[in-house]
Amino acid sequence: MPLTRWAVLVIALVAASLLAIAVGTVSIPISALWDALRRVGETMPIMVVWTLRIPRVTLAILVGAGLGMSGAALQGTMRNPLAEPYLLGVSGGAAVGAVIGLTLGLGAALLPLAAFAGAIVAVLAAFFVAHAAGARGDPRVLLMAGVVVGAFANAAIMVVMANAEPNTVRNALWWMMGSVGDATWRQIAILAGYVLAGGGALIVVGRQIDVLALGEDAAAGLGLDVDTAIRRVFFIASLLAAATVSAAGLVGFVGLVVPHLVRAGGARRHRELLIGSAIAGATLVVLADLLGRVLRPPSELPLGAVTALIGVPFFLAKLRRLV
Amino acid sequence: MIEFNDVAVRYPRSDVSALGGVTLEARRGLLTAIVGPNGSGKSTLVRALIGRIALERGTIRIDGAPAPTLGGAELARRVAVITQREDLAFPLIVSEYVALGRFPHLGIWHAAEQKDRLAIDLSIDAAGVAALRERRIDALSGGEWQRVRLARALAQGGDALVLDEPTAFLDVAHEMSVFELLHGLARSGKAVLLISHQLNLVARFADQLVLLHRGAVAAAGPPDSVMQAETLERVYEWPLVVSRDPAVGAPTLVPLRRR
Repeated sequence: MPLTRWAVLVIALVAASLLAIAVGTVSIPISALWDALRRVGETMPIMVVWTLRIPRVTLAILVGAGLGMSGAALQGTMRNPLAEPYLLGVSGGAAVGAVIGLTLGLGAALLPLAAFAGAIVAVLAAFFVAHAAGARGDPRVLLMAGVVVGAFANAAIMVVMANAEPNTVRNALWWMMGSVGDATWRQIAILAGYVLAGGGALIVVGRQIDVLALGEDAAAGLGLDVDTAIRRVFFIASLLAAATVSAAGLVGFVGLVVPHLVRAGGARRHRELLIGSAIAGATLVVLADLLGRVLRPPSELPLGAVTALIGVPFFLAKLRRLV
Repeated sequence: MIEFNDVAVRYPRSDVSALGGVTLEARRGLLTAIVGPNGSGKSTLVRALIGRIALERGTIRIDGAPAPTLGGAELARRVAVITQREDLAFPLIVSEYVALGRFPHLGIWHAAEQKDRLAIDLSIDAAGVAALRERRIDALSGGEWQRVRLARALAQGGDALVLDEPTAFLDVAHEMSVFELLHGLARSGKAVLLISHQLNLVARFADQLVLLHRGAVAAAGPPDSVMQAETLERVYEWPLVVSRDPAVGAPTLVPLRRR
């Protein structure tokens, strides 16, 4: 991808982040924003910026980066332009895992692992369903399997909710709608660890994803241990998606939309595609969260709903081209 | 050199062997062609070679070493394989695609060096696709795509080349140019193993023919010895005659109308 386009990606992220820090129920003019960022001047803007907006935007950046990279890796490995953690049921499984972990009283550091266990179960279930349909290779069948698994995950969350205390119900609902509203620095630190480790690992195996994207036989002909490589990418991409789910709930379609935009920008090899998807995914989630805050104040639209409103038309356009 | 020795393969949940003990070799400097009806086990040989299906019996050796002991990357550095079908889900630029041929050398840790770039440039020239370098794969014609795939295989840098029907869907001129290229590569010292349905072209270009029938070798040797009407009629189950082409002097199969 040309250097100018990388610059555009980075500038877009910085601009979106500044906008999201400045705009909200309490808007901060640009002049005051600079002061507040440096912690000088009035207390109120400093409070708003540092305790509310910056954690929120930082969490949105991490969630978007994680989902963007997870989607890019899954699309390349499955050779499926419609693959992404939400549509494959990975995120749904992760949400079930997280809700169960929550009812068991797990802490924030271990919650991603519970979500991960749920995500892996969901992936295996989706593959099993697709396999039973006799068409593991058909992108549409695996996708349908993922949607079915996702629906099952939603039902499972409802079942847990039916017997839960009101507080847990609220939490579970929050998980199903997705939000970066209650961001804490501790949460951010944990997710940052997962995103850096998982995203870094995906970038390392990026060349293997390039080879896998040629198809399994061609990849084997280039000396790749195909089955191990596929499992490895799935494992890391699921972990990444699960970590975002345990921090921000179900945020769909980011992993679908973002890699396509970055590919259209000229990133074709997976190392650059993954890095580009991290930046563009971060921008998208920051903007989606901002939209959710400003569209109908003072109430906030759930983040997951905003990304779905953006993602579904995109999905339909892609599906049309595939059929 | 690639040697298949008594190779037997059975697909999971299948009652019959896809290969029932096939022995053949592809030597350096020679164009060896595998022919045979659909389902005779030609592509299974390739899948067995790259380790996509387990052997029930027998061995596959590369330069004397059993293939499984080499490991995937070393095997790919010695033998480049062009499988029958390959469609990219996400299109690359031709030069990026050819560069993937260096994957067995670079793996995930090594950066491309001068020798890698040289290998890519040379193979692009050898396959005659220099003019296509910056084109997208999905904008190539069938003939161009096959040549680009060949360039990627050459970039792997090995001494052996295995191709599964590289001229399927190509018109006469493109087909001939691929055969000329393969013949030239064999003469330059590579071991070329070609799977093809084009019996008449193969009879002109190949040094050795191997005729497969139901997972076994029905005939093998120089084209003249394999291109026998009686043998071919039995294997293809269709009436035919074999004559000598007056223009090129090679044995030529002419299928007859059903009597």
